[in-house]
Parts: sequence; C-alpha cells; structure tokens
Amino acid sequence: MASSSDSNTPRGEAWVWFTGLGLIIGLGMVIGLLSLVFVNGVTVFWAPPVPVAQIDDGRTVIGQLAQRRIRAGSLANAPQYERQYQVGLRELNGNSYLWVDEAKVKAETFPADVLGLERVEHGPAFVRPQALRKSDGKVIPITDPAFESALQAEVSAAVVVREKFEEITRHRIGEVNREMDEARVALRRAEDLKLADEIPVRRRQIDGLEERFVILKAEAQKVVNSGAVATLDSKDAAGRAVVIPLTQIVRAWFPNRLDTWGRTQLFASRLGEFIFHEPREANTEGGLMPAIFGTLVMTVFMSLLVTPFGVITAIYLREYAQNGPILRIVRISVNNLAGVPSIVFGVFGLGFFVYVLGGSIDQLFFSDQLKYNNNTPVFGTGGLLWCSLTLALMTLPVVIVATEEALSAVPRGMREASLASGASKWQTIRDILLPASAPGILTGVILAMARGAGEVAPLMLVGVVKLAPTLPFDTVAPFLHMDRKFMHLGFHVYDLGFQSPDSDAARPMVFATTLLLIALVVTLNIGAIWIRNRLRARFKGAAF
Amino acid sequence: MPATMNPSTSRIQVRPSTEREGRKDYISIRDYGFWYGQKKALDAISLDIPERQVVAFIGPSGCGKSTLLRNLNRMNDLVDGISHEGNITINGRSIYDPGLEVISLRRRVGMVFQKSNPFPKSVYENVVFALRVMGVRDRSTLDEACETSLRKAALWDEVKDRLQDSALGLSGGQMQRLCIARAIANRPEILLMDEPCSALDPIATGKIEELIHELKEQFTIVIVTHSMQQAARVSDRTAFFYLGKQIEYDTTEKIFMNPSQAQTEAYISGRFG
Repeated sequence: MASSSDSNTPRGEAWVWFTGLGLIIGLGMVIGLLSLVFVNGVTVFWAPPVPVAQIDDGRTVIGQLAQRRIRAGSLANAPQYERQYQVGLRELNGNSYLWVDEAKVKAETFPADVLGLERVEHGPAFVRPQALRKSDGKVIPITDPAFESALQAEVSAAVVVREKFEEITRHRIGEVNREMDEARVALRRAEDLKLADEIPVRRRQIDGLEERFVILKAEAQKVVNSGAVATLDSKDAAGRAVVIPLTQIVRAWFPNRLDTWGRTQLFASRLGEFIFHEPREANTEGGLMPAIFGTLVMTVFMSLLVTPFGVITAIYLREYAQNGPILRIVRISVNNLAGVPSIVFGVFGLGFFVYVLGGSIDQLFFSDQLKYNNNTPVFGTGGLLWCSLTLALMTLPVVIVATEEALSAVPRGMREASLASGASKWQTIRDILLPASAPGILTGVILAMARGAGEVAPLMLVGVVKLAPTLPFDTVAPFLHMDRKFMHLGFHVYDLGFQSPDSDAARPMVFATTLLLIALVVTLNIGAIWIRNRLRARFKGAAF
Repeated sequence: MPATMNPSTSRIQVRPSTEREGRKDYISIRDYGFWYGQKKALDAISLDIPERQVVAFIGPSGCGKSTLLRNLNRMNDLVDGISHEGNITINGRSIYDPGLEVISLRRRVGMVFQKSNPFPKSVYENVVFALRVMGVRDRSTLDEACETSLRKAALWDEVKDRLQDSALGLSGGQMQRLCIARAIANRPEILLMDEPCSALDPIATGKIEELIHELKEQFTIVIVTHSMQQAARVSDRTAFFYLGKQIEYDTTEKIFMNPSQAQTEAYISGRFG
C-alpha cells in the first residue's frame, strides 16, 4: 500500500469504471431486450380505440392502428409517415392489413358504434353493426340500448355451443377413432394369423365403434343445430352489407365505448385465452396451451434424464477415475461437447435415437403394429422421448462440469471425517459429498434447463411439430405418451415468424409467444433456484 | 500460539506418567519410511505405543508428525503417488495386511482433525454416522451410542435438548468435542488427534485436555500438538520429530526434564523450531 502516490485517489480507479462499463452495457442490452419483448408482447392483447379514417381518394377505413413508420423514399429532413391499419374482414378485403399514407388521411373519428370481432375463421373484423337478428326472429337494432347486452349474450351462447361441439368432435370422436385404429390393427393381425375366435370379436368391436361414431356425429350435429342461428347485420367501412353468423364470433367488443376497466377485462380475457386455450387459424390466433405444456413437459423430462446421467458421470470422473492423460482427454472432450452446434445434436438424435433406437424398439415391441398398420412407426419417428434425450445429451456437459466443480468444492475435512469414521468411498459420496454438493449440482441443472428450454433447431428434427393433434399427456394409459409429437414455444415462434401465410397477423404473436417462452424459462428457473436455496439453507454455516 | 513461542522447561509442568496394564507395543512402528512421490517425508521411524496411554508427537512444522499420525489409519491413502517401507502393526497385525480392509482398520482407529469438521447434519446424525455406515439400524442402539459418546465427550449436557438441530450451529469448542464424540461412537481402540485444540480458545482447550485424561482409560491416544505445554499436560510419552526423523522418544517426564538429545532440548526450550 505504501507504493501509492501522494494523490488521495487510489491508482487504478479508472479501471473500476472501465469494468463497470462492461456491466452497464450488458445490463442495458438485457433490459432493452426484455422490455422490447414485454411491450410488444403485452400490447397484443390490449384493445385501443379504433378510428374510422377518411382518406383522400374517397375510401373509408375502419381499423386498429398497427404500425406507424417513415415512408420509404421520404426525405430525411421532412419525414413522411405511413400508417398500417388492421382492418380485418380478410374474406372481403383480401388482406387484414392496409398501409395508408398519413398525409392522405383527411380525418379520423372514433364513433361509438364501431364493433371489433374476433372470429373463428378469416381473422378479426371491424364493422359498424346495424341490427342483431336473434334466433327467435326478433330484431334488435343498434339504436336499441339493449343491443350490446343482447349481442354479448348471444356470443356467450355461441361460445358454449362451440365448446360442446369441440368436446364431442375432438375428444369423444377422437377417442373412438383411436380405439377404431387399434381394433383394425388387431383385426388385421387376427385375419393374418387366422385366429378364428378373435376375428368375429374384433369385427363386432369395430361395428360397435362405427355405431358409436355415427351416434356421436349426430350428437355433434344436434349441438350445432341447437346453437344460435342469430346473425349480426353490419356494414363494413365501404358501406357494404356484411352478415356475420354469431356462431362465427369468439369475442365482440366496442373499442370506442370501453372504459379502462372494460379494456382491462378484455385484456385479461384475451391473455387467458392465449395461455389456456388451443390455437386457431394456423396458430396465428387462439391460445398456446399445447405449446406451453409441450415445452414444460419436455424440459422437465430433459432435466430428469440429464441430472442422474451427468451426476453419475461426474462422480466417476472426479472420485474414481485415475488421474492421467486419458482422464484429461475425456474432460476436454466433455467440455467441447458444450460447444457443438445444437443442430448437430438434432442430426444425431434423428440418426441414432429415432432411426436406430426407435426403429429397434418398434421392431422388438411393436412389430405387430408395424406389420398390420401400414408400417406406421411408434417410436421410430420423432417424439417427446427423443426430444428429451437429444436435449439431455446436449446439456450433459453443463451438468457434468457443474457437478465436478461442486464435488471438488466440498471441504476436504468433510471427506476425511467420513472416511476416518469407517465409511466406504461410496458411502462417503452418497451420504456426505452428494448432499453437500447438491446446491452446486442444481446450479448446473438450472443452466441446462435454461439452455434446453430455449433450444429449437434440434427439436425440429426429432419430434416437434407445428400442430399436434393431441397432448403428450391424457387420460388413456399409460397417461404420458413419450412417443407422441408435441408443440413447443420456441418452434412456435419460428413457425409464426417464418412459416405463417399472413406475416402481418403473425408478427404480434411472435412477440407474445417469445414473452411466454421467457416467462416459462424464468418460472422453471425460479422453481429450481427456490429448491437450491432451501438446500443451501440446510448447509448454511458449513465451511464452504 | 504465543504461549509456546518462548517456553522454558521450568515453566512446563509434567504430569507424572501413569503406568497401566496392557501391551507395551500395542502400536508398533518399525523402520518406517514414507514418500510423497519423490519426497521422503518419514525416515526410519521405530517406536512402540503402549495400550491405553497418551502419546504426543511434537516437532516443528513439516517434521512429519502429522504424516505419521495419518498413516496409522491410512488416511494418506487418499493422496496420489505415496509409497512406504517398513511396517506398522496394531495389536500384532500389520495395517498393510492385504487381508485387512482399510475400512475395518479405520473403524478401529478413530480420528479427530485439526479443524473441526462436523457434517452438515443434525448433532444426532453426526454422532451416529460411524454406526450408520456400519449398517446399524436399531434405534435404541443408536440412541444409546449417541448419549454415551456425547457424555464421554463432555457434551451431553450442552446439546441434549438440541440433538436434532444442525451441528453447524454449535460453538467452535462444542464442534470439536462433537467430532470427538463422533470418532468414539463406534468404540474404536485407538484415537488419533491431529492438533485438536489449535483452533480453540484456552477454555475449550482445557475441556478437551480434561477429556483426553478420561478417554485414555479406554482408548490408546496418539496426539499431534504444537503446544509443548499441552504435550506435557496430557501425554504419558512424547516423541520428538525433526525433518522426518525421529529424534527422541521417551516418557514425557524424561523428554521435558532431561532430554538426551541436544536438538530436543533446543526445541522444547524454544531455541529453534
């Protein structure tokens, strides 16, 4: 300390600022990224007032303002803007979105009768309703003060009918279809093997299932018929008459009448649909429940696979393996495994897990299935199991390295005390080292989970799909179907952003989905950190 | 340890050696040499440790006293690249006997370390650890062993109401006594103590030394210490090591009152070391 100069300022202070700068830039980027995703993702669900714009060329536009940007080719010192309106009514307008020169917008008004509609097909619509034709023949004009409540009541009724219909078609008919497939495979097998007593049994079963199918279909039709046949007579921006059957409507709102509380309710209802419902309209609308569930299950499975595997490997490397050149090479290889591009793991997963392992499993255990079901593979195609395994392999080095670090961080005294007490090496590992290094191991698992949950590229090869007909988890034994393909939030972002037919409509959903993915990873991490802190508390005061 | 910096032989009180029946060569070290890799840490050590007596190993840092102690229960097996010559027998049987498992050796030879190292478990689980790894499941046996050991370690009254609390909440002196209780819980024959008091205050040290007096009724104790007063207070016999060699080994009284080697006298009177 005596070597410092006369100045009161310690030397090297500038470097403190320099290193601080690195942190500030890093933090700034993280905060920027999160706020961008958050703002763009959350505003998707917010319903702003919707203007009716008069345009120079005589057109009228009703639409929600989606974007405003400087028009290409406009001068830098006198920027001209253009606006993008979400006008909806794709079936009439050809496109849901419309770019308009801001200079050409003569006037914007916000009339109270503008109605926003979310529809089952063709995306949203912004119209000016005229009258509601109820199923009992009554007509309620827009001027009637009861119009709005009557409309909402009809919409709710339509939603109930649709849900009933979905329940029958998706779940009950789906169940019949699945049983039918199984019965057909069994019948083919019985016919092939000439099992005289089984053939009629199977035939009867199929007949019974077909009967049930017909009954269910009729039931579904009855539900549809019983539903609202009410229609909404409206006019679009150009004044054309638009008749919308209420069965088509998911949600209706008057964007220029809502107060803040109403907007908040609408926001909550849309956010709830986004999280808890299934997607509609090529994934650009509706919810993401299957993708959330798929991501969650896959990540949890990956962690369950990678943790024991990684910990056992690390125990061998750290506690049992002889120090030497071979061990060094193994360590270097393990560390390099962490740097292999993830798509390489995807290719490996496809080549080895899916084709070799899955193919062999099918040959061994599902040969009947292959033979009598047009060679339809069970495990020999992408699925949840192979995705979890591929990502487990990818994140293995993280867990191995973290576990090795944690094991070597256990104070020597504890290890010696255990051995001196007459414990064997394995007892020492099991009773002393593993509990004491559990927090460190969990740190590795947290890192592995964070990396695995956000990975997309390898999953596209080994089992993630755009739209999975069923969840990997249901009420049919064995409840968790590791062979099924599933949806994944990361892939969903890619799919929306690059594969969607309507990229304007998909854009806001990209941000919303990204936000959800981040939230999911954060939630998983918080869970793991909570467990780790509980473990740490148990060892508090230990001589770490 | 300021107290040992400048001791004079006159200030050291030597407790008269007590002779008890038992084998005179209970632990027998013969022409023992030991290497860490190429470095020879012990050279031609030969000494006999009688049953149920306290033997102190003294000497300056790096003289090999801890190495020798840690070889008695083969703790040095954990180190890579070690080798030895000569032999050590306990009650007539070589500790390097291929038929003797190192685990059963360590069950007979308990050890207390310089830095108290309780496990991050409850007080109870710490004490019964050795029994648990031996496969004892019976609750009453474990309870009894726990109480007996803690009583012997003079800790029972202090912790009997918080046996299920974490051992890491105890004070430094209590932790070290807990480690002693843990080392004696499975009733070893020999207790090795590697500077057990070096991290403790004088009161805790006094308690541990009291304990050593009582424990030697049942155990053969080998203690490594840097404190000459401690060696004089607790031990029956003392061995002085220097640079890996055994300089002198005799009754504590003789070593401190009338050492035969000039080096020994120089060390215990504080002129070097």
